[in-house]
Amino acid sequence: MKEEKILLAHGSGGKLSQKLIEEVMRPAFSNPALDEMHDGAKVTVNGAKLAFTTDSHVVKPLFFAGGDIGKLAVCGTVNDLAMTGAKALYLSAGFIIEEGFPQSDLLRVVDSMRQAAFQANVTIVTGDTKVVEKGAADGIYINTAGVGALIEGVNISPQRACSGQNIILTGSLGDHAVTIMAERHGLTLPVNITSDCAPLNGMIEELLYNVPEIAVLRDPTRGGLATVLNEVASQAQAGIIINEMDIPVNPEVMAVCDMLGYDPLYLANEGKAVIFVESVHTDKALAILKQHVYGRNAKVIGQVTKDPKGQVGLRTLVGGVRLLDMLPGDQLPRIC
Amino acid sequence: MKISNEEQKRSAEFFVKEIRRLTNRPLRLMEVCGTHTVAIFKSGIRQLLPCEVELISGPGCPVCVTPNDYLDMAIAYSRQKDTIITTFGDMLKVPGSTSSLAAEKAEGRDIRVVYSPLESLDIAAGNLDKKVIFLAVGFETTAPTAAATVLEAERKMLRNFYVLSAHKRVPPALNALCAADDITLDGLLLPGHVSAIIGEQAYAFLSERFSVPAVIAGFEALDILQAVYFLVKQIREGKAAVENQYRRIVKPEGNVAARNILSQVYEEDDAVWRGIGLINFSGLKVNAKYRRFDAEESIPVEVEPTVEPRGCRCGEVLRGVAKPFECSLFGDICRPEQPVGSCMVSVEGACAAWYRYGTGRWQI
Repeated sequence: MKEEKILLAHGSGGKLSQKLIEEVMRPAFSNPALDEMHDGAKVTVNGAKLAFTTDSHVVKPLFFAGGDIGKLAVCGTVNDLAMTGAKALYLSAGFIIEEGFPQSDLLRVVDSMRQAAFQANVTIVTGDTKVVEKGAADGIYINTAGVGALIEGVNISPQRACSGQNIILTGSLGDHAVTIMAERHGLTLPVNITSDCAPLNGMIEELLYNVPEIAVLRDPTRGGLATVLNEVASQAQAGIIINEMDIPVNPEVMAVCDMLGYDPLYLANEGKAVIFVESVHTDKALAILKQHVYGRNAKVIGQVTKDPKGQVGLRTLVGGVRLLDMLPGDQLPRIC
Repeated sequence: MKISNEEQKRSAEFFVKEIRRLTNRPLRLMEVCGTHTVAIFKSGIRQLLPCEVELISGPGCPVCVTPNDYLDMAIAYSRQKDTIITTFGDMLKVPGSTSSLAAEKAEGRDIRVVYSPLESLDIAAGNLDKKVIFLAVGFETTAPTAAATVLEAERKMLRNFYVLSAHKRVPPALNALCAADDITLDGLLLPGHVSAIIGEQAYAFLSERFSVPAVIAGFEALDILQAVYFLVKQIREGKAAVENQYRRIVKPEGNVAARNILSQVYEEDDAVWRGIGLINFSGLKVNAKYRRFDAEESIPVEVEPTVEPRGCRCGEVLRGVAKPFECSLFGDICRPEQPVGSCMVSVEGACAAWYRYGTGRWQI
């Protein structure tokens, strides 16, 4: 038998990532907090209910329109805490730096982390720095971990998705991935395409304080909206249907997708949330989201259905319905 | 011209309503082209049509109809010393009898993915001590570029460039399908891109010999709905003509310049189609003048005996007599991540489309 090797697609957030987690990580680490398989774990310490999460960042290029690896590292972890239903509080920062990396670039990255942490109202309280030989890493990698306090009365869990709930998307799809891909391929972008990288915790906290009934929160990062919805449908054993007509994609992003052959439904976002909420609370949730700069374009894009369990459907522009599957691999490595 | 989402929806509703109104008996319509198959699934057109109208996927996916022995030969060449194979990416994962190009590549054979056959010439020029063999697969759409590459190789006097041709022609395959006893087709959706090269006249035999209505169709969801509407209308009116829905791209005479290049290098030849078998004059072979570019003629090779995968029903799927999910391997043993048959490998294959876009039932 041939030895199986790790492929780039194992890191894509798609089917192979799931396989790796199920076959390698879960058997080794399985426990109730982990097995919930959410963006962050819920743990209790001395009676305090906390959310705990970690995220590594290997994006290439390091600097891009709308952000850089530093901003991404802070926002990624802050958003994961928010999606767990927690108020983000403290972050750690671990740096793996390649020998020869310009100190000026490091200063830029660190300053951008400082600004992002300020904006997200979190404190970076601990860190670590390692340097490896030239060629043993590509510039700089950053890991962040974060701790937050679970918001009282809120119970966010993918298992809570159930028939009748509306699915809200807080804005347009694909901006981050298209920005990264275009910069990597040296495409000259229309000025108005930039990464959507942003800390969503302020908006999500306000939403949760006012609508604690929110059932599921996810940020459609690697693997995009289609992957996140498939994960929720499978964890909740419910059906999901979304309407192509209602899914916002910037025309410039769509044009780049058409050119490069990408489907925005599978592209990574770094400043968007997917929210599952009962229909009676939908208007209130939308009103709160729309007041925020990161939620101005929030809208209902679909519903949870009873059947078919574990499957996601797309109602197309011409009115047909088709399966929206998870991608076997992913076209875009090192997107975050 | 880009039309708005609302306009698309309204036009689609109109075509669907008309198709329903005109359908008064069960109809079996074949979309010949793999690109159509994908577009039909991606836009969910199947569920929009009345249940009497059945769309059947045909043999128009070049990777799918390429027989095993061709792959076995390509694999055998890749194992020869000082040989570089150039190929379109979708051929890599197609299983041959006992191996695949992807597996050979992992073993260290020099197999390179190209986006245009012309890239092979740069590779040949940079590796004069090696033989560079381009896997020339595809229909009338891709064959002219392969022919142009041979002409360019001649002009550049590149003596180490070869093609292994499995090019195929669509009209003889349609002729074979229409003449077969076990297949009944009420209408054909004809491939837009192939038609842009061969023109409308190439299909005249469909109405003259078989009285089968046919419509050349574009690839947007609305193109396909409109083409189905044209087909259903012809059937209802008792007509059998070749109509052109894709006039913005397909000219009645096709692309004469491309066909001229093609005929300079290639000649018609009998060819084997996976699932259909030997079809007279359905292939393209490098002609006598350029024979030295033909790998099969110029480079001796020993090829392993061909073995067809057990239980695989790609052949029946390609002829429209079996649905992908009727194959016992489908979805379980045969998936896009580990395909057994060619129809699951190619993104344009009927099995891959069924697997990826399927049909679920969502009650709202």
